[in-house]
Amino acid sequence: MSQHFLQVESLAKCYPAAGATANLPVFENIHFHIDKGEFVCIIGHSGCGKTTILNVLAGLEEATSGNVFMDGREVKGPSLDRGVVFQSHALMPWMSVLGNVAFAVRSKWPDWPKDKVAAHCTQYLEMVGLGHAIHKKPAELSGGMKQRVGIARAFAIQPKMLLLDEPFGALDALTRGTIQDELLKIVQATHQTVFMITHDVDEAILLADKIVLMSNGPLARIAEIVAVTMPRDRARAEMHHDPQYYRIRNHLVDFLVNRSKTYAGVPRDDDALHPPVVRPGLEDAANPVITPIDHLHRRAA
Amino acid sequence: MRSETFKAALISALLFLLAIGAWHLATLPKESAALAGADAEYAALMGAGAQQPGGFPPPAEVGRAFVHYLSDPFYDHGPNDKGIAIQLGHSLARVALGFLLAIVAAIPLGFVIGMSPLLTKALDPFIQVLKPISPLAWMPLALYTLKDSNVSGIFVIFICSIWPMLINTAFGVASVRRDWLNVARTLEVSPVRKAFLVILPAAAPTILTGMRISMGIAWLVIVAAEMLVGGTGIGYFVWNEWNNLALPNVIFAITMIGLVGMGLDAIFGRLQKLVTYRE
Repeated sequence: MSQHFLQVESLAKCYPAAGATANLPVFENIHFHIDKGEFVCIIGHSGCGKTTILNVLAGLEEATSGNVFMDGREVKGPSLDRGVVFQSHALMPWMSVLGNVAFAVRSKWPDWPKDKVAAHCTQYLEMVGLGHAIHKKPAELSGGMKQRVGIARAFAIQPKMLLLDEPFGALDALTRGTIQDELLKIVQATHQTVFMITHDVDEAILLADKIVLMSNGPLARIAEIVAVTMPRDRARAEMHHDPQYYRIRNHLVDFLVNRSKTYAGVPRDDDALHPPVVRPGLEDAANPVITPIDHLHRRAA
Repeated sequence: MRSETFKAALISALLFLLAIGAWHLATLPKESAALAGADAEYAALMGAGAQQPGGFPPPAEVGRAFVHYLSDPFYDHGPNDKGIAIQLGHSLARVALGFLLAIVAAIPLGFVIGMSPLLTKALDPFIQVLKPISPLAWMPLALYTLKDSNVSGIFVIFICSIWPMLINTAFGVASVRRDWLNVARTLEVSPVRKAFLVILPAAAPTILTGMRISMGIAWLVIVAAEMLVGGTGIGYFVWNEWNNLALPNVIFAITMIGLVGMGLDAIFGRLQKLVTYRE
């Protein structure tokens, strides 16, 4: 039925109204798909239902209508096939770092002996750079370290798909950068399929293969899907040297600042099943968004 | 910090000595020779009994009671004359039994109530009505139906311990963080594992607070209950010594009740610290 790894079909969510009048759906007619090994970010203003979509994919929440299929099977309820990294890290404070990851690992493989569980957990905690802190309690860790534990916990169950709900939103810029680099490395190494919510345009460009742009809610929809056409082996330090980077970035910022609100109340003229896919990075190179510096020099001469 | 603890201890000791001193001065025998002369004949008739001044006992006399009872706490000379440790042991055993029964009933029920908003609402009126009833008010009903004073005492402890535990367990379970439950859901954790590894540890500090309150109430109530039912226990001891008009013994028993209560509270304070987590 669906040739893609993850297929979202005409998803809509309407929260029950408090008064007599029915609430408008937060979003409707959401169609998109994710292929195996793809990294997809979703960007949109608060209230457009990003978290709801993620929760539906996770099976934690039910959509009012529409279906989600993963690997050819309908998503109904939570499953160990989908690892979730929560915005608020959601570590159990009474368990050690190792205990938190082991709790997940034992849920996935209940028959594993103790030392195998411990070795497996340690491997994943070392992967996020926490090999030295496995016996600490979450309260003894910084915000960034806690979020890393959350990431290790999600990776340790080797899910078919990873769902990240704005995992770095609460971190300072410096920590965020380091963890983004780590996540990038891990994802490139494991070819993990990822769906991630973010508010950070640079984060999306750094990590994603495609970026889903949501218009403002209520009645939010997928306005565009931006393909990040830059080569996959990106690095945060060099990314801004790529001329594509600014074109994509400007396109995203322009959407968030100016265009995201223009969709409200306008009947869509395109096909909801196939939202437009744009490639701002490959736009006409003769009309660059940022004029390269050496070009300016030449002109002045 | 350390010196402050020391200072506090010093002030406590001073206050204690001051109180004992004031007590001593207030109970000094009044010099009244005329009275003594008039009573000489009475004294001769009454023998040693007239030595008792009948006023409030001075600290020295109470001190003698302390020495007397604490020097041999385990003797047993029949139903009306047992060592203080045996009396306290009877009381503690009743409290422990009633308290354990209350745990067995309150924790699972609190879990169920806490998990279900519907049951919370449905059972709330019953809990609200039953909670403020003085545990001793149950005594006649307990004595009539259970037909045993000892069992009735245990029942009274049970009924007074159950409410704080039940309410706190339900509250603790109901307010477990949504995120932790979601983690358990995405990991497909079985209900039993979820109950013991997520909800119980998350709610444990609240549950322990309920237990601590319950234990405090139970220890308050056991004295009154034993005064009513008689036979054994520290409450009965107090009542018995009151009937003997042996006030030094009563003061001694009161002090023991306070000390044991403090010990029980300290135990639960320690337990509470064990299960409390920092976020």
